[in-house]
Amino acid sequence: MTTNPLPQNPLLDATGVAKNYGAVAALRNASLSVLPGEVHALMGANGAGKSTLVKILTGAIRADAGRILIRGEARDVRSPAAARRAGLLPVYQEPALIPDLDVLSNLRLTGTPVEPFRAWVRELGIPNLDIRETARDIPLAVLRVLDLARALAVEPDVLLLDEMTAALPANLAEKVLEVVRRQGNSGRSVIFISHRFVEISALCDRATVLRDGATVGVVDIEPGVEEKIVEMMLGARIEKTSVAAARTASEAPTVKDSHPRLSVRNLQLGTKLHDVSFDLANGEVAGVVALEGQGQDELFAALAGSIRPAGGTIAVDGAQVRFSHPSDAIRAGIAYVPGDRTEALAMQRSVRENIALPFSAAFRKWGPIKMRRERWVVSSAVARLQIDTRAQGEVRRLSGGNQQKVTIARWIAADARTILCFDPTRGIDVGTKQEIYKLLRELAGLGKSALFYTSELEEVQRVCDRVIVIFGGRVVDTFPVELADEPALMRAAYGLPRGARQDVGILADVRPDAEAAP
Amino acid sequence: MSSSVTMPEPASFGRRLKRFMADRPLIPLIILLIILVAILQVLRPGIVNERWIANTAKFAIPLAILAGCQTMTMLTGGIDLSVGTVATMSAFIMATQIVNQNPTVAFILAMLPAVLIGLVNGIGVGVFRVHPLIMTLGTSLIGTGFLQVYQRTVIASGASIPDFLNWLGTGLTYGFPNALFLFVPVAALIVFTLNRTGFGRLLYAVGDNERAARLSGVRYWQVITALYVISGLLAGITGLLYIGLIKAPSLSLAEPLVLPSVAAAVIGGTSIFGGRGGYMGTIVGALILTVLTTLLTILQMPEGGRRILFGFIVLFVTAAYLRIIEDR
Repeated sequence: MTTNPLPQNPLLDATGVAKNYGAVAALRNASLSVLPGEVHALMGANGAGKSTLVKILTGAIRADAGRILIRGEARDVRSPAAARRAGLLPVYQEPALIPDLDVLSNLRLTGTPVEPFRAWVRELGIPNLDIRETARDIPLAVLRVLDLARALAVEPDVLLLDEMTAALPANLAEKVLEVVRRQGNSGRSVIFISHRFVEISALCDRATVLRDGATVGVVDIEPGVEEKIVEMMLGARIEKTSVAAARTASEAPTVKDSHPRLSVRNLQLGTKLHDVSFDLANGEVAGVVALEGQGQDELFAALAGSIRPAGGTIAVDGAQVRFSHPSDAIRAGIAYVPGDRTEALAMQRSVRENIALPFSAAFRKWGPIKMRRERWVVSSAVARLQIDTRAQGEVRRLSGGNQQKVTIARWIAADARTILCFDPTRGIDVGTKQEIYKLLRELAGLGKSALFYTSELEEVQRVCDRVIVIFGGRVVDTFPVELADEPALMRAAYGLPRGARQDVGILADVRPDAEAAP
Repeated sequence: MSSSVTMPEPASFGRRLKRFMADRPLIPLIILLIILVAILQVLRPGIVNERWIANTAKFAIPLAILAGCQTMTMLTGGIDLSVGTVATMSAFIMATQIVNQNPTVAFILAMLPAVLIGLVNGIGVGVFRVHPLIMTLGTSLIGTGFLQVYQRTVIASGASIPDFLNWLGTGLTYGFPNALFLFVPVAALIVFTLNRTGFGRLLYAVGDNERAARLSGVRYWQVITALYVISGLLAGITGLLYIGLIKAPSLSLAEPLVLPSVAAAVIGGTSIFGGRGGYMGTIVGALILTVLTTLLTILQMPEGGRRILFGFIVLFVTAAYLRIIEDR
């Protein structure tokens, strides 16, 4: 590639960038330096601070500390417009065209010249675009290409691509990669964020790796480097938590069932889930590990009855089911605890009402409430989870951890047999996390089961019996917990084959077109 | 959790008072009501007597029941603007049908459109997700149109007010208005429904966070359909009561009550965005509005000035009250 051995002045140079949200440090000390003509990968595990850094660079949010130099000049990017003027243009994961305007109006909105835009659109493999078409009617994949073309048309110095190829079919993705590569050749730079090593190795010159809000290394992309990157993303995680301790509870009551509690076969959903199959046994906590946006949200939503899958089957206790509403899933004993607490709680209502909410849901339960019985059930669930009830009049006055406990307590009170926990420990304190781990193990000990998606890999060995790894809408691997240490999970989450320590195959095995291109 | 409770920082008297009010939102409302009555008494010494109280109650009750419809729909983030038309329809149909039909049949015929409009509202809002404001405004217009068509068919037969409704609307028993025989059970039922039944819980939950309710297994359309049918029923019953009070059936009988019913619920502390509020506050709100109307009437202002003042006072009271009870 075009790695220039000569020391050059970086086009973009950010150092010491920090950003706090309250007590939480999203970025502590991030730096990123991009040379002219370079395609630079920005990598990091979930929550490492990639998106925060990107938002700061593009003026969407402001940093608390740090210095950003563009062409050697200190710039204060206060707004997306300022970033644009400085020559820095992002293409985000979500389509940015306004749905109710046609393409032409969208272009006018950003002052994008039309002819170069058309040229880029053709270049990117869409020969016959009608720019009078309303953005809402254009398929997602094409919209993403249009976003890219719109950015390319103003010839930015630094183009920032966030998971650009994620929603694209193979032929469009190829074109996009080709164009990105050529950007580098013409002296412009690209910051490329991707979860796909294949693309990164085919495209990028260097990579900056973030971990826990700080830059931990910059590496040249060369064969075999992905191991090093995975190590850097994980860091020297020393303390291995005892696997045995977590699992003792579940060894005892595993009665041989003829049917698994939950059995998912070939589940499909739009562009997000392609082929997901797994079983969940009674008394088991199965972990789900995936990078952001690999289809895990859709998987959980389908199992919870929130959306209907396009294909495949779900069976509960051996009987096939078809959920058309969450109440169907609840009747089958499957409860969903979403990652976002604001999705699950009526914030202005009391702890008690929130926990008791599922009791009143069915039509035949609309009558008078048996207050004494309800009080008893709720208070035993509150005691079980040790919810701090000093501010119980309104759930919004509780701390985040206590709110999360309420969302779980609801289903303890309702005695759900299977709990789908979507990243239940995100953004809550360590003590509460421990309590949630313990609770899940206790539930498993009682013969209940849980599907546990987590973005914090170290949690897997504390809680789960087994891990399912999803990548690109497919189950790519299933680990017994003994093998599921963080490096192994991280590799699997990035779609790298298991046990391929000295793997050169993944770099050699680039798509032929990527090889052929200069 | 530790049992020791941290000592609250010494708060100023103002903050503690605000806190106290925030915990008991009814108290500032009742204080306001008493102040209004006191002003009335000062302006017209001797006006506040047994007869005045009974009269105020008589006029406040229909408003309070319609405001109950608004309270319940507003708890879910909705509103029911069709209550005026529904009340007018059942009143008008009752008064005209009683001439030729026996009372039971007339009653059923009178309540039929109320249930029907409620059902259409409920399906429109709950199933087809039409905004409640638009939906109920639309059915209200349609209802008024039907009523005009209906009126032509009954011009010949004339109208009369059944004795029972006369008794209920204007009669007194030991100085108490008979309308209380209807209102007390209805109010008790609404309060009980909101606080102690599964349906009541769902109204709050749906209004506070529809998604959370859905994830808990609540079927939105069921709750909303039932709600608007109940609202229609209550409005229909109010119409019967109101015709007994006003005694002059017309095509816009209860229409002037619609916006005051919304105002009463809002003054009573029910959030128009859903999830917060209750019926007790609404009842006091209806009383406040009724007393305020009397007050403005005896000021002998021209009609226009009276309305301007009424609007300003409603705005001011609502804004001030929300500031008091919102504890943020």
